[in-house]
Amino acid sequence: MNCIIIDDEATARTILSQLCSGISDLKVVGEFDSVLQGISFLKQQQKQIDFILLDIHLPDFTGFDFINTLASGELKHVLEKTPKIILTTSDKNFAIEAYEYDCVVDYLLKPILPLRFNKAIQKIKKNMHQASETSLASNLIETSENQLFVNIDKRLIKIDIPSIYLIEAKGDYINLKTEKNNYIVHSSLKKIKNKLPDALFLRVHRSYIINTNKILGIEDNTVLINKEVIPISRSSRTELMKRINLL
Amino acid sequence: MDVPNLKYINKLANGDKIFSKKLIDIIKQEFPVEKHSYYKNINSNNFEMALQNVHKLKHKLSILSFEKGYLLAIKHEENLRIHNNSLNEEFKRVLDKITDYLNSI
Repeated sequence: MNCIIIDDEATARTILSQLCSGISDLKVVGEFDSVLQGISFLKQQQKQIDFILLDIHLPDFTGFDFINTLASGELKHVLEKTPKIILTTSDKNFAIEAYEYDCVVDYLLKPILPLRFNKAIQKIKKNMHQASETSLASNLIETSENQLFVNIDKRLIKIDIPSIYLIEAKGDYINLKTEKNNYIVHSSLKKIKNKLPDALFLRVHRSYIINTNKILGIEDNTVLINKEVIPISRSSRTELMKRINLL
Repeated sequence: MDVPNLKYINKLANGDKIFSKKLIDIIKQEFPVEKHSYYKNINSNNFEMALQNVHKLKHKLSILSFEKGYLLAIKHEENLRIHNNSLNEEFKRVLDKITDYLNSI
């Protein structure tokens, strides 16, 4: 995760930076003493900024002015995703106003204790994970019993569900194979499994879902499907054997 | 506690002496500037700016775990919002205490 710190007090920036250094997967990519400096940095930034540790009481423009700038979409053309915000302040009076903004994930009262800071980071991680899950789910749209639309390069492509013979997990993507084409989609096996009919598709391995109608043969712990040999996990084999019409 | 101390800084540093020194040095640099600005603003009845100064100084008091001074700063900040500077003299004594403490560490 990448974050930036916006606070006009060097003392506060030093403390926040120290707290961040205790989080192994967190990198502070910039520290700024004003909203304008922060905006200027974001406009030129190539890296994704996941969240901002933002003071409310700042000279010239307040933390809320900054959030309004983000919310207005002024930076949308330069930011792939709007960063989340953790507000840091010595004033508890702004808490209610703070939570009116969707991007505000937490509100930390100074002096910030390490345990409380870690809790805020956990909230950020949870929030990012949920956003990612929503994004993955939105890449797969089931329109009818036999059709599925997948989002590839901002285009929705229709796939006939019965034509899918194999779905393979590839990191953050799935490779969806039909007799005519392969489709690489940013999604997960868990997500697509929910969009497919259970009677037809079976997860036979942590990396594979197969269309049981397309099976050509089964040998030991593998299944032959459209010229591809796919491993079957021990736990899935029993379920697979139940599904086939065994003489 | 009734006296400034390094309880919070030590907790934050978790044994990292370089960090403790760095933070104390920064406080030593920022505090006199903020204090001077506060005196200037409160003496010229610029309550809005004095309020901003108290807000920043309040954070330093909390970092130095000076609870009594911190609570007074909260009250003084609230008063200044309604242009009441009745706690000014008491707050100045808190600032003097911090000055002495910073000189001693």
